[in-house]
Amino acid sequence: MKPAPFNYAKPSSVDEAIALLGGDATLLAGGQSLVATLNMRLSAPELLVDINGIEELSGISVDGGTVRIGALTRHRELERSEVIAAQAPLIAEAVPLIAHPAIRNRGTIGGSIAFADPAAELPACLLALDGTVEIAGSGGRRKVSAGEFFRGVYDTALEDGEMITAIEVPAAAGNQRFAVEEVARRHGDYGMAGVMASVTLNGATVEAARLVYLAAGGTPMLAEGAGAALAGNAIDEASIGAAQSALKDDLDPFDDMNSTAATKLHLARVMTERALKRIAGA
Amino acid sequence: MADSPVVTVHDRPNSYIGRSVPRPNVQRLLHGRGTFTDDIKLPRMVHAAYLRSPFAHADIKSINVDAAKAAPGVVGVFTGKEIAELCEPWVGVLSHLEGMRSPPQYPMAIDRARWQGEPVVAVVAETRAQAEDAVELVDVDWAELPAACDMSAALDADAPVIHEEYGNNLCWERIVDEGDVDAAFDQAAVVVEDEFTFGRHTGVTLEPRSIISSWDPSEEELTVYMSTQGPHMLQAIFAKHFGLDEHRVRVICKDVGGAFGIKVHTYGDEIATAALTMLLKRPVKFIPDRMESFTADIHARHHTIKARMAVAGDGKILAIDFDDLTGIGPYSMYPRSSGIEINQVLNLTGGPYTIENYRARGRVVFQNKPLMCQYRAVGHPIATAMQEALVDHAAQALGMDVVEIRARNLVPDDAYPTKSITGMPFDKLSHHAAKDKLLGMVDYAGLRADQETARESGIYRGIGFACMIEVTSPSPMFYGVGGAPISAQDGVTLRLDAKGNLIVASGVTEQGQGAEAVLSQVAATAVGVTPDKIKIITGDTEITPYGGGTWASRGTGIAGEAAAQAGHALRDQILEVAGIMLQSEPRKLDIRDNAVVDADTGNERISLAEVGRVVYYRADTMPKDYQSELIATRHHVPKKFPFAFTNGIHCSHVEVDVDTGMVKLLNYWVVEDCGTVINPLLVEEQVRGGVIQGIGGALYEECLYSDEGQLLNGNLADYLVPMAAEMPDIEVGHVTSPNSDSELGAKGAGEGGTGGAPAAILNAVNDALLPLGARLTVNPMTPERVLRALGKTE
Repeated sequence: MKPAPFNYAKPSSVDEAIALLGGDATLLAGGQSLVATLNMRLSAPELLVDINGIEELSGISVDGGTVRIGALTRHRELERSEVIAAQAPLIAEAVPLIAHPAIRNRGTIGGSIAFADPAAELPACLLALDGTVEIAGSGGRRKVSAGEFFRGVYDTALEDGEMITAIEVPAAAGNQRFAVEEVARRHGDYGMAGVMASVTLNGATVEAARLVYLAAGGTPMLAEGAGAALAGNAIDEASIGAAQSALKDDLDPFDDMNSTAATKLHLARVMTERALKRIAGA
Repeated sequence: MADSPVVTVHDRPNSYIGRSVPRPNVQRLLHGRGTFTDDIKLPRMVHAAYLRSPFAHADIKSINVDAAKAAPGVVGVFTGKEIAELCEPWVGVLSHLEGMRSPPQYPMAIDRARWQGEPVVAVVAETRAQAEDAVELVDVDWAELPAACDMSAALDADAPVIHEEYGNNLCWERIVDEGDVDAAFDQAAVVVEDEFTFGRHTGVTLEPRSIISSWDPSEEELTVYMSTQGPHMLQAIFAKHFGLDEHRVRVICKDVGGAFGIKVHTYGDEIATAALTMLLKRPVKFIPDRMESFTADIHARHHTIKARMAVAGDGKILAIDFDDLTGIGPYSMYPRSSGIEINQVLNLTGGPYTIENYRARGRVVFQNKPLMCQYRAVGHPIATAMQEALVDHAAQALGMDVVEIRARNLVPDDAYPTKSITGMPFDKLSHHAAKDKLLGMVDYAGLRADQETARESGIYRGIGFACMIEVTSPSPMFYGVGGAPISAQDGVTLRLDAKGNLIVASGVTEQGQGAEAVLSQVAATAVGVTPDKIKIITGDTEITPYGGGTWASRGTGIAGEAAAQAGHALRDQILEVAGIMLQSEPRKLDIRDNAVVDADTGNERISLAEVGRVVYYRADTMPKDYQSELIATRHHVPKKFPFAFTNGIHCSHVEVDVDTGMVKLLNYWVVEDCGTVINPLLVEEQVRGGVIQGIGGALYEECLYSDEGQLLNGNLADYLVPMAAEMPDIEVGHVTSPNSDSELGAKGAGEGGTGGAPAAILNAVNDALLPLGARLTVNPMTPERVLRALGKTE
């Protein structure tokens, strides 16, 4: 289990990194997915561009109503951040479900978003929070909304020669409620099903609900029908049932080793009820 | 006291028997000073990597190795045909498993590959990375063949036949028919029937298999460093198949990072690595990576069983009748064979109970998957889960409590010695005492009350029991009688050095379970020294007594007894020479805490260091007609019984999330009777570790294959081993029925946990789901399977 030979570069700025990305190069951030694929020879790039030395990519800040998270920010920093706990509680709740502490010490939010595993927590969080991805390329920087960013299994709006520099999510408002529900075979495994719920309330009435499901399709799946079923209603048995029913059309799960698509849909409904009841009870 | 000298290890005044003495190797391992095969670097050593078959079944039309040979760092590339020229093939059958057949197997595929992962081409290079680079350059022209992967279909008329000369894929069939089964079923008040499926899984060792082979052409000697459970067995196999004299083969086994039965077989990649050093005349290291381990290590457990049980109105079990099918890959594993697991199922099922009518058929079939062979608790989890699930099923049909039905059927504790219906002789077991002890640990009435209350709020908890027997410390009836070069005896040599320290050498190996601790405790007790004075040597065929190694829970029962007997012999030697020095009768002396003492008073007369000094340096002060000896070797082999059976009872308490299918393990209890307990901490940790591997089988572990025979989850992200976060506390209790075949009275304790846990957890889950009308008869009980049983998914 040795990787094929590769060249290695460690730039100290985003511009240097972008300049290196022409040709058959791959970015190395936390390496938690990449190094395994290299060792299994599932990927064999000619050049690894190690971005761990680029200082501007790290850190969490708040500017007005926006929480900005540098692409190199480790999961462990998110887990321990008071800013994230206060301003992006959905992320704070989701991060402990990502693998194990040793992996969270290395893994980065940019890596997770760029890898775009449809079963991963952070892509689903980003979409649930209607965040944006800041991307740098040779032509400068651009921002892409989460809804535009995720295109398919491991497929994103990132073009060749581009890299993620930061993630931005709106800071939580006082009338927003969040819940993460996930079921995994073992603690730390990718979820068989899970929901990242962001619900905006007006008193007891749902103003808007963004329910995003992991392992429910080729990308993190925003359940628009379920959100519509909840909007304008209190969270009760009827609206939860309507949201659950809508998932049949909202989600597009596929069979994997742990469960069939039918089971995933069933589990997504169970997670929906649990998340919504928790929000209603809070 | 002077007239009644110490006679057994149990009477010794400085006894370490029954005490949780720290393991002698624990400091070294915790300091990172262990020596695993991969830590060893020999001069001029090169590294092997294997190209493995990407197909489950395919003809090799041609192999082009030119590019690989020219790659950087490569020192040799060899095909299966070239390796076969050096090495006699092997046949993995045992003669006492009558009718078993398996064709000659070569280290690597020659013209045809028969499972995904079979080694095909060996590449040797200066580094493993270079060897892997060159493997990618080997060009094989494959012609894929239809594969017989599904074991249930392997005997169908239209199934591809893996070995054409046999006409079909049957490897072995055994039928047992005792009593009058049909009459018993006719008389039954209740007949329960189930179809069980146990998933194929493997034993994931933290340290993979590993080998360094080193050929010295000047003396025609082969030295092999490897992570193994049976150095002498491997010595015999290397010698036989390379045509070498056995004393010209040395197998050295340093630290072993877990074995579980995985490291006690003949693997083609390991035999080929020995051939590579002969071809290249340089030491060759081969360590499979994790992906290779999943397709090259033995697998185990895959069984489908149709079973029924006849029960009288009073709960008495009248008969068991079952038909078991298992798929073992394309060959029977050498030299233990792949028939033992099903043979154990046929021998052990129903063992805890008095049963007079018994019928079973076991069929072993060839298929295009990795070889299946003996993994921890061979056959026990299958036999126990089938038997215990049927007992619970019968109890439910009768409306009887699950503990009560067991109490009515367990063999009485005063019935021993006795035999099971399948002819297994039992020395002394304690099913009722163990059950009573367990019920003292478990608040059964409280759990039942809690179960009732919880159900009212939609929480489903279950309680599952499993009674079991365990095969330990086998006699030659296990393997030797079938012609395998596997020793059932083991030896221990004790030597007192010139400073009064004790050097202990044994044929058993240490793979993390504490065999060296047991040897140390027994030797210290039998001789009269403290454990800090002891150095243990294992794992080297050149310097240890001949022995079978460590497997089948035999280390303590067999080598432990040899250590006791060698200890007595050395003690007699010491007292004899001390008697001369002290002008005292040896029987009036004893050895305690590293000194010869007056047996009566315990007063020190002379230290062992002084005895050693005089014997080794000042023999001139001893009588001219006297020659002292301070070394003794004793061997032990079980004689009275073919196996030292043990018994145990497990209880699992679970909570099933009936919406997600997730099973949460709340509590777990085990009572185990392994005879004399040498080290309670080690026994309990063996039980706990065993239970956890049983939990793996019950809930998590399964090798998943595509229809074409491709392993889908050959990595540690997708193949789920049990992890700490999901494990319950495991409380262990003991009942002690000493082994009458030895002075020590110890039996094995290494596998009972694994043997019993799948049964207890299966019953607990079914107990939880009982009010919902759902029942599972499959391992592992994945969330999806639970949901399917509940009718909540398709």
